[in-house]
Amino acid sequence: MTQATTPSLELDKPLQLGRHVLRSRLIVGTGKYADYPTMQAALDASGAQVITVAVRRERLIDAQGRSLLDYIDTDRYTILPNTAGCFTADDAVRVARLGREILEQLNNPGKEWVKLEVLGDKKTLLPDPQGTLEACRELVKDGFQVLCYTSDDPIMAMKIKEAGATSVMPAGSPIGSGQGVLNPNNILIILQMLKDGDVDYPVIVDAGVGTASDVTVAMELGADGVLLNTGIAHAKDPVKMAHAMRHAAEAGRLAYLAGRIPKKLYATASSPWEGVISYIPGE
Amino acid sequence: MEMELIINGQPRQITARTVRELLDQLGLANQAVAVEVNRQLVPKRQHEQAQLHEGDVVEVVTLVGGG
Repeated sequence: MTQATTPSLELDKPLQLGRHVLRSRLIVGTGKYADYPTMQAALDASGAQVITVAVRRERLIDAQGRSLLDYIDTDRYTILPNTAGCFTADDAVRVARLGREILEQLNNPGKEWVKLEVLGDKKTLLPDPQGTLEACRELVKDGFQVLCYTSDDPIMAMKIKEAGATSVMPAGSPIGSGQGVLNPNNILIILQMLKDGDVDYPVIVDAGVGTASDVTVAMELGADGVLLNTGIAHAKDPVKMAHAMRHAAEAGRLAYLAGRIPKKLYATASSPWEGVISYIPGE
Repeated sequence: MEMELIINGQPRQITARTVRELLDQLGLANQAVAVEVNRQLVPKRQHEQAQLHEGDVVEVVTLVGGG
């Protein structure tokens, strides 16, 4: 299965995300799978090197219960713990520290970073801008590399970068909504603002991916990567969709690097007019 | 002697005196878990020394699937 990734390795440089150098530009979540073996196969098919996890209370009753870590090769994947479910800066900082503590025990390279989410509302799962900034500053001070979930608001994205985030991760559309990149212009403005004089500053489109073309759109806009979970986990065939997402990320990235043609209103023939033997209307 | 702690949101009667003893009693001594007492992280290297007191609020967390 590696032959498919070979061309892009030659044509693209790796993604530098904090202290991590990544060949895959896809970061995938481990949530919402019907079962762990399916998750395992989908993670493998996605080609992702970084996978996100959540921090939750240990179930104290069922000691026999299978746990996520039984199904994750921690030597293969860099784990990116999130602060999902936190609605205050304080809680997000607590959860980030708890996640780091576990990754230190596992000696996983992900122990230095966190995917920061401070949510403002349970229905939209939109971020709380103030709490996000506050937590971002606190975590940066505490030595974390902060990969920060935010809305597609360019000014907020700028403020998060200024707060010291390693990467700003604007949502394409609401988490788990499958609506794709709803406002490509905002993503473009974010990319231009954050990469102005700092071209390698990583911007990852996080959330909203419904299918492969959504990933391609984000990458064609110039995003450095895409983070997704539900689009794979809840597809009818998650493993097949994971393959599709991997190809979509590579296709979009290469198309971005190759440079698309300008859009024009009228047609331009690909075959020459010269030497045509037929009647041409108007001539 | 037993004392009452709030562990992961539930009141429990516990004889453990340290975080390490608590994890032993919960059967989690060798699991990848992180522990907070009264909202303060207790790093693993301090588990043996970290004393527990009546009414302490303890969180024991692990990693689960997430996005």
